[in-house]
Amino acid sequence: MRYGPILAAAMLGGMASAAAAQTELSLWYHGAGSANAEEALVNQLVEEFNASQSDYTVVIETFPQGAYNDAVGAAALAGKLPDILDVDGPVMPNWAWAGYMQPLGIDEAKLDGFLPGPIGRWNGEVYSVGLWDAAVAMTTRRSTLEDNGIRVPTLDAPWSLEEFNGALATLKASGKFEYPLDLGMAWTGEWYPYAFSPLLQSFGGDIVDRSTYQTAEGVLNGDEAIAFGEWWQSLFEMGYAPGTSQDAADRDTGLLNGKYAIAWNGNWAALPVVEAFGDDALFLPAPDFGNGSTIGAASWQFGVSGTSEHPDGARAFIEFALQDRWFTAFSDGTGLIPVTAAAAADTQNYKPGGALEVFYGLSEAQALVRPVTPGYLVQAKVFEKALADIANGADVADTLDAAVDEINEDIEANNGYGH
Amino acid sequence: MASKLTRSNRAGWLMALPGVGLIATFIIVPFFLAFGFSLTNQRLASPNPTEYVGFENYSDLLGMAFFTLEPERDEAGNAVVEDGEIQYPRLRKFTRNNPDYPNLQGKREWFSWQSGENRKVVLASDVVFMKALVNTVTFVLVVAPLQSALALGLALLINQKLRGISLFRAIYFMPVVVSIVVVSLLWKFIYSPGDGLLNNLLSGLTFGLWQPLDWLGNPSTALGSIILMSVWQGVGFHMVIWLAGLQTISPTLYEAAEIEGSSKWQTFRYVTWPGLRNTAVLILIVITMQAFALYAQIDVMTSGGPLDSTQVLVFQAVERGYGKQDISGGSTISVLLFLIVLAISLLQRWLTRERT
Repeated sequence: MRYGPILAAAMLGGMASAAAAQTELSLWYHGAGSANAEEALVNQLVEEFNASQSDYTVVIETFPQGAYNDAVGAAALAGKLPDILDVDGPVMPNWAWAGYMQPLGIDEAKLDGFLPGPIGRWNGEVYSVGLWDAAVAMTTRRSTLEDNGIRVPTLDAPWSLEEFNGALATLKASGKFEYPLDLGMAWTGEWYPYAFSPLLQSFGGDIVDRSTYQTAEGVLNGDEAIAFGEWWQSLFEMGYAPGTSQDAADRDTGLLNGKYAIAWNGNWAALPVVEAFGDDALFLPAPDFGNGSTIGAASWQFGVSGTSEHPDGARAFIEFALQDRWFTAFSDGTGLIPVTAAAAADTQNYKPGGALEVFYGLSEAQALVRPVTPGYLVQAKVFEKALADIANGADVADTLDAAVDEINEDIEANNGYGH
Repeated sequence: MASKLTRSNRAGWLMALPGVGLIATFIIVPFFLAFGFSLTNQRLASPNPTEYVGFENYSDLLGMAFFTLEPERDEAGNAVVEDGEIQYPRLRKFTRNNPDYPNLQGKREWFSWQSGENRKVVLASDVVFMKALVNTVTFVLVVAPLQSALALGLALLINQKLRGISLFRAIYFMPVVVSIVVVSLLWKFIYSPGDGLLNNLLSGLTFGLWQPLDWLGNPSTALGSIILMSVWQGVGFHMVIWLAGLQTISPTLYEAAEIEGSSKWQTFRYVTWPGLRNTAVLILIVITMQAFALYAQIDVMTSGGPLDSTQVLVFQAVERGYGKQDISGGSTISVLLFLIVLAISLLQRWLTRERT
């Protein structure tokens, strides 16, 4: 590792003599082999930071996303964490609590005008900041709705529960689609809590009681949550949505080739829809099931590891990244949402009139972060299993009760997770 | 014997060192660690200190209760019947914060049956673990005989002096060489609902009469589908072991049997089978142990679903220990699995012992 800075500098070209005095900072990143420009952009960010000052040299190491969290956990146990960590927003409180991360110590004035999702707070301090956010929308075609006499909802007037159920019934009855709604059940893992817990919140329930974070009793198995569960189960019973055994390929292409009428999908999958349908493409807000319409917020973010010996350098790197031009570059390269309105105005897709402009509005108006607690890691898995089981026909109340018990036992086993 | 091992045997110990060292580091030490962890509340990552909790993890996994659920009664004391079904109060009334039934607190229904007007319910503290246990045992009970018999059949088929027989041997052995993860992914496509390969094939064979099944998405077919692909994948390996056993049987015995005019079946029954005795014991024990370790197929294909119909012990151990950061819970399952496999192996050894 000692030769790392020299090697890195040599790659930048002709800077080897200056590099000897520089402090090396290691950065771990989750996007190895990313399909879009994300990995190239992160590399470019590192190169420009290294060239912009002479105190630090950031050396990046990338991991495949599926193995990233495990690698960080193993490195923490072995005491070999890098200086700068890349962290998925909802996981951050767990890592902060476990000591993998330290407060960012950034001047919060630098975060003015940010969307709420990309700022990772835990125990009143900022631990991580993201360069982008993600949002989900009911993705469909204007012609599909108009042909079936379904109102096009707006941010101010989203579909209500009855309206949404009615729309699904109409689309099903039209016989033109294999399923009217594609929820993306093939995407196991974080997709479930990210995409589906906002629907539960819209019913009035939640994964855990956010006032104390000490129990899920009454919120995940209360009347509202049971109403959500019954509705959720009905989607599969009535044949409105493909279930847990959905083919992953159908998830990717089902809307485009007309198998599904509406897809509950993220903005990262929006560009192909725009390319296929042009002006006919519609990105609609989540239905309002009684308690307002919400979508999930927070994507991958940067933070400083708990064991870093050079938090100043790590902070300098993160501050360097927090510039509108990077937000714009990442948005253009990946299709994700830029975190400030100023950056959005310069992007291809989120500028006024841009193809995905609506997502910025969705993120701004509806976004709610997932429960900010170290226990989220376990709660997300419990929630995922409960939703999969209910979709497969398990008794709603019993399944939610079991999920509550498991979440509560976990909170207790961890002495309340430091809240 | 002991003195022989310790005295002037330095070269022997030196040669054994790499193997013994690796086994000690990666199997023996972790086993004792797992046993130790199972008595604590050890987490994967936590700022809280680890505490000794005794056998709490075991009672959390194995706790069970029995309960008789009486029907709802109207004012006259008769059971309420709606749509021809006797109505019962919800079990959660008794299992959730009911001070009258502290022994049911937090337990869930595992299974139940009808007894007159009443419903007899067996509750478990950890229904998922219980289902994993039952599924694992089912898997072993089906796979062990099926896979060893099939492997023996294949071994007999390819134990012939035919032109190109090594081609067949290679074909039967091929699934063993391919990584189980790759095999699982391929079978996931084969089992794909609707227009998957298997559904298409069956529909073709039955001239369209076949109704497509959601093989992995249906609780009643999921475990069977996993069993089928596991047997297909593993059978080649045991075929080779049977084959090795077959080739140790002296040809003179077969010649003698032929001269005596024994039929094919008699030759198999009285020459081949007795000659395969030790091989059979080995194969039975190896398959049993491998079947208990079922993990990769579940992880790739079903993640234990749908409705826990493919939960198995090793998957649950990993899911809890690593996924849910509960090292003590995962360790407890590992220790229980170890005890089960040990007991079964000892039993098999005893049942198949050489009788003198």
